Amino acid sequence: MYKYDAIDRQLILDRVEQFRDQVRRWQAGELTDDEFRPLRLQNGLYIQRHAPMFRIAVPYGMLNSAQLRKLAHVARQYDRGYGHFTTRHNLQLNWPKLTDVPDILAELAEVDLHAIQTSGNCIRNITTDQFAGVAADEIIDPRPLAEILRQWSTFHPEFAFLPRKFKFAISGTDEDRAVTWFHDIGLHLKVVDGVAGFTVIVGGGLGRTPIRGQVVREFLPWQHILSYCEAILRVYNRFGRRDNAYKARIKILVQALGVEEFTKLVEAEWAHAKDGPATITQAEYNRVAAHFGAPAYETITTVDAGYQAKIVDDKAFARWVERNTQPHKVPGYRAVTLSLKKHGVAPGDITSDQMEVVADLADRYSFGELRISHEQNVILADVKLADLADVWRVAKAAGLATPNIGLLTSIICCPGGDFCDLANAKSIPIATAIQQRFDDLDYLFDIGEIDLNISGCMNACGHHHVGHIGVLGVDKNNDEFYQVTLGGRQGNDAKLGKVIGPSFSAGEMPDVVDKIIKVYLENRHPDERFIDTFDRIGIDPFKNRVYEGRAHGKAKAAEKEAA
Amino acid sequence: MAQLIKQGNVANDTWTTLTLAEGETPESVALPAGDVIFPLAVWRARQNEIVSCHKRIGLLLQPDDKVEEIAADLQYFIVVAVHFPKFVDGRGYSTAALLRQRYHYQGELRAVGDVLHDQLFFMKRVGFDSYALKDGKDAIYAIGKGFAPFSETYQASTDQPEPHFRRRTA
Ligand code: HEM
Ligand code: SF4
Repeated sequence: MYKYDAIDRQLILDRVEQFRDQVRRWQAGELTDDEFRPLRLQNGLYIQRHAPMFRIAVPYGMLNSAQLRKLAHVARQYDRGYGHFTTRHNLQLNWPKLTDVPDILAELAEVDLHAIQTSGNCIRNITTDQFAGVAADEIIDPRPLAEILRQWSTFHPEFAFLPRKFKFAISGTDEDRAVTWFHDIGLHLKVVDGVAGFTVIVGGGLGRTPIRGQVVREFLPWQHILSYCEAILRVYNRFGRRDNAYKARIKILVQALGVEEFTKLVEAEWAHAKDGPATITQAEYNRVAAHFGAPAYETITTVDAGYQAKIVDDKAFARWVERNTQPHKVPGYRAVTLSLKKHGVAPGDITSDQMEVVADLADRYSFGELRISHEQNVILADVKLADLADVWRVAKAAGLATPNIGLLTSIICCPGGDFCDLANAKSIPIATAIQQRFDDLDYLFDIGEIDLNISGCMNACGHHHVGHIGVLGVDKNNDEFYQVTLGGRQGNDAKLGKVIGPSFSAGEMPDVVDKIIKVYLENRHPDERFIDTFDRIGIDPFKNRVYEGRAHGKAKAAEKEAA
Repeated sequence: MAQLIKQGNVANDTWTTLTLAEGETPESVALPAGDVIFPLAVWRARQNEIVSCHKRIGLLLQPDDKVEEIAADLQYFIVVAVHFPKFVDGRGYSTAALLRQRYHYQGELRAVGDVLHDQLFFMKRVGFDSYALKDGKDAIYAIGKGFAPFSETYQASTDQPEPHFRRRTA
C-alpha cells in the first residue's frame, strides 16, 4: 500500500498543530461555535447525542497492521474500547472527549493516519472496492488513482467550502462493488482501444432525495482526471444551491440543469484546463503505482491437501470458506472477509481486542495489510489456502468468523437513534432482533444471498435504498416506525428499492422480514437468489403476505373510529 | 471596522466601499470622490461617468456575480474586492481563481466580509493578496499563523501553478 513520504507526513503533522491551535482558540473564546464548527467537522468531529463523534479516515479502505493497532490503542485509551466501521471505510469513535482530539490526532499521525475531510462540506474520503488489486475480475487497480485523487483533494483551496459534502467512489472491475452510481462523482476505470481511462458519472446520491448518477463523459483518459474533476467541482462550487442544505448536493444541480446542460458547462470549463499542469504525468502514476505492486506471493501449483481434507471433514469450516472467502487472482490464495456482523453486536462495531487480533492475523498471514469494506467488514486480502484453517480458528475465537457474508444477517446498519441526533428511529436494535430471529445457520444458508440495509432516517447512512430489503426509520407522531422497501440493489444495475406500504413498529419487524423471506422461499426456482425471484414475481406477492389480515389505511382509520 | 492585512502587515485602508442606501439606485446614487470600491451594478450603470472622474477605481463582486461578465473591464480596476457574506460560502474562491488564472487580473484582490483567520491560507492560495479581517479578530496572530499552516501543497493553484508531483526531484 501507499507509504507516506516526508511531505505527506509533514502535512498531517501540520494539520495536528493547526487543529490544536483551533481548539485552543475556541476554548479561549476567540473562535465562536459557528466559526469552529466547520473546522472541527473537517477534522471528523461531530457533536452527537451523547458525546462528540470522531471519524478517522481510512483512505480507500486500506490499512496496515501498525495502523490498526494504533486504532485499537486510541479506542481503548480515549474511548470505550471499541470503534465502528462505516459504509465509507472510515472508523468512527462514539465517545471521545473533544479536548482529547488534538492528542488523538497526534497519536494517529505517528502511523500516518488522520481525520482530514472526513466530514464537512468538502471532498470526503474516496472509497473503492475492498478487493482492489486482488479481484479476479479487475481491469485496472483503482488504488493508485485513488491515492492521486486523495492528495489532490487534501486541503484543496478552492473547494474547502462547497455547498455540501462531496463523495467520490472509484471502481476498477467489471462488476461495480463501490456503489459508484450513488456518489457525487463515480468513476469506472476501463480500457478503450488500449487506452486506460474513466467513465465519469456525476450527481448520484442516496439521502432524502435518492438519485442514480448520470454519465457526463463516457471516456476520459486517466491523465485528465484531476483537471476534469476540478472542472466539475468549479461548476458545482459556483452554481450549486446554498440556500437550502437539503437541495445543496450536486445531484440537485445536475437535475435542475439537466445532464446535457451540466455537461456543457463542465466541458467548457475543462477546455481551459485540459493538458494544463494538473494533467497527471506518467512518472507520477508510476511512482504511486509502485506502492501497490503485488506482494511477494508464493508460486502455488497444487491445492493444499490439509485444506482440502478440512473442507470435507469440517462443515463449519467449509461454510465459512464458502461465505467468507473470495476468489483471488493468484492461484493458491483467497481473500478473507472477517465478519463484523456477529449476531447481537452492532453491525460494523469492533473492539480494541479484536482489532489487535486482526492486526496479528494480517502480519502472520496477509502481508501485514487489511482493508475495510463498505459493507462494514474487515478483509485480509492475501491468504494462502493452506493458512485458511488457522485464520478461521483465530477469527472464530475472536468472534470474527460468523459465516454470514452476503447473507441475511450481514446487515448494513447506521448508528441510528442510539447515537445519532438526526435519527427518527433506532436502527441497531432492529438489526439485532432480525439477527436473533434468523440465528439458525442452516436456514440462513438456505435463504442464500440477500442484502438487508437499515437506516435510522432518510439521510440513508445505512444505504437502505440499495438493499434488496431496505428498512428506513420514520417518525409517526413521535413514535418510531419502519418503512420497508424491496428490490433495491448495488452493482452495475444499481437501483432504488420500492416502498411496499405503510410502516411497521419495531416489534413487527422480525415478522415482516420473516414473511418476505417465506414468500421468496415458496416461489423461488432452483438457483434463484432473492433478488431474482423478486424481479420475476414482482412486489405484489410480498405486499399481500406482509399486510395479510393487517388493517391499514382506510380500514385502520375505520377501526379506530369504531373503537 | 475590519482590519486590512496586506503584504504581511496591518495596513491603512484608503478605500471606501459605496453602499446603496434605502431608495437609492445604481443610476441615481451620488458618486463619492476618492478611492471608491463600486458595486458591480453601479459600475455597469455608470461606467463612463466613473472612468471620467476617478483615476483609481475599485470593484465589489458578490458571490453570484459572474466574473466572465466583467472580464473585459478588468484593466480599469486597481482593487477588486470579493465579498464573503458568510465564511462558509466558498464561491469567492472560484471567483478569485478565475480572475487570476483565466483573466490574468494583476491588481489588488481583496477578500472582504466574513474573513477569518482559518480561511486566510485558502484565500492566499487562490490569489487574494489583501484581506479585510473581520472586526474583533487578532490581526497580528492571523498574520503570524494564518497564512502558512501547511509546509507544502499538493495541488496547483494561483500561488503555486505547478502541482507538487511536477516539482518532485526524485
Ligand atoms: C451519527 C453520525 C452521523 C451523522 C450525523 C450523519 C449524517 C448524515 C447526513 C445528514 C447525510 C445526508 C447527506 C445528504 O443527503 O446531503 C448522511 C449521508 C450518509 N452517511 Fe451519514 N451520518 C452519520 C454517521 C454515518 C455513519 C456511521 C455512516 C456509515 C455507516 C454514514 C454514512 C453515510 C453515507 C454512506 C451517506 C450516503 C448518502 C449520500 O451521501 O448520498 N454516516 N449522513
Ligand atoms: S441514517 Fe440518519 S439516523 Fe442513521 S446515522 Fe445517518 S443521519 Fe443518523
